[in-house]
Amino acid sequence: MTAVGIYFNNIWLALSSIAIGMRITISHLFVKNVTTQYPDFKLKMPERARNRLYVNIDDCIGCDQCSMACPVDCITIETIKSTPDQDLGTTSTGQKKRLHVPVFDIDIAKCCYCGLCVPPCPTDCIVMTDVYEFSEFDRQNLIYNFSVMTSQDIEQARVKLKKAEEEAAAKKAASAAAAKAAAPPPAEKPAGPPQSQPPSTPTPDSSGQPGKS
Amino acid sequence: MEAFQNLGFWETLLVTVVLSALPLVFILLYALVTIYLEMKVAAHMQDRLAYMRTGWHGVLQPIADFIKLLQKEDIISVAADRKLFILAPYIVFMGTYAAYAAIPFSSIFIGSNIDLGAFFIVAVSSLVVVGILMAGWASNNKWSIFGAVRSAAQMVSYEIPTALALLIAVMITGSLNLQEVTQFQSGGIQNWLIFGGPLPLLQKILVIPFTVITFLILFVASLAEVNRTPFDLPEAESELVQGYFTEYSGMRWALFYVAEYANMFLVAGVAVALFLGGWESPFGSFLSGPIWGMFWFVIKGMVLVFVQIWLRWTLPRLRVDQLMYISWKVLTPFLFVCIIAIGLILVL
Repeated sequence: MTAVGIYFNNIWLALSSIAIGMRITISHLFVKNVTTQYPDFKLKMPERARNRLYVNIDDCIGCDQCSMACPVDCITIETIKSTPDQDLGTTSTGQKKRLHVPVFDIDIAKCCYCGLCVPPCPTDCIVMTDVYEFSEFDRQNLIYNFSVMTSQDIEQARVKLKKAEEEAAAKKAASAAAAKAAAPPPAEKPAGPPQSQPPSTPTPDSSGQPGKS
Repeated sequence: MEAFQNLGFWETLLVTVVLSALPLVFILLYALVTIYLEMKVAAHMQDRLAYMRTGWHGVLQPIADFIKLLQKEDIISVAADRKLFILAPYIVFMGTYAAYAAIPFSSIFIGSNIDLGAFFIVAVSSLVVVGILMAGWASNNKWSIFGAVRSAAQMVSYEIPTALALLIAVMITGSLNLQEVTQFQSGGIQNWLIFGGPLPLLQKILVIPFTVITFLILFVASLAEVNRTPFDLPEAESELVQGYFTEYSGMRWALFYVAEYANMFLVAGVAVALFLGGWESPFGSFLSGPIWGMFWFVIKGMVLVFVQIWLRWTLPRLRVDQLMYISWKVLTPFLFVCIIAIGLILVL
């Protein structure tokens, strides 16, 4: 093409492409919009959405496995051993609860929503819900306390444990190192996370966990 | 304002002040509407919704924005040239607003019915360049000065096609007075200058292609004059933040903003007055009259403003060399051809 031809061809290309572009944009004025008016209308979350953590503390046996699995250490669990005469009841999966759980804190501000804490739980008591609106003005409010024990309960449990331990120590001293079979071996702990909770087997839990109290 | 010649000094002053404030009221109302329109058109062209929460479909949003701007802190940086910095937005707005004086809104309302109307508009709106350069220089900021320099280069180059396009309208109508140009086009849509005006049939048919081209060129050049996309290099966000008004905030910034929108309607108004019959009704004497005239003028102007918005959300920004290419190598030669052709047809 000659220079003149290129010149006029360029002008033609510019005008025609502008016309095409304008036709497209004007047609979109009449296309239904894709915006969801968020606070008024909410999209349904996917079935397996991972959002705010929830702990059903009634089912918690204080095994600390979720806390161990957490990559950002946002779960803090403290436990107190129960004495043999106490009955803490059973979980909904039929497991006997052997530990008091005075502290079960999740710092949701740290949580990275990986969901790694969910599969290790032997009683399925820690779950990720589809709640995603939990912003706060104070960062402290993002530390969720799931434990239901009052400070009196905790104190009572401590005192009882101490008494029981003293009694046991006294008994131990009395039987004078005759029976050393009290300490069970820490068992085979398959630390691999993706075993999906076989409901009762791998948790000789309570004794394996020293607790922080 | 011929009707007020037998008034005393104070009455004249009062009438002058009130009448000269009328376009200001119009500009402010128009700016609110157009800001809303722009955001809505932009959003819907991208399948979004834009403002939805302030009032019905967000109609109160421009007012809320205005109140917000009133409250904002007026920041003047230490290194800025304080006097020029403060002066610049007023000059930009003044250049725009002064041009409104010669815009014929209606058969009875024109700020100043001067015989050099079209020339006055071209001349006084050049003042905007001074204000923009002043803003860019006084900001003492690299982005600002780049934006200002680009803006000056752009507006100076595009003034030539604009002036030539005005010249063609003046050649056909034989008047620089926009009121007379408008009256020349009375009698319905077929007499608009874009369709050749009320010339004899043969001349009209010959002249139509050239007037259509001239109108298109005037529209394109006026887009560049007001720094709108695709010619928004002076405020190219991706490169220059906000160009010459990067450093401005609060009401000073708002003044630039209003001036920009006022400028959009100004160039639309000039194009309407020259080529689209101004305040004349498109149906001849049907629905014509001073009030209807104002209605038609504003409607026609808003249609052109809508096209400006439509183009903005369609086209990407040009490069500097493309900008200059279009002005000097496309628009100007085409207009020279049009001038010669129309001149020959008119002496036919």
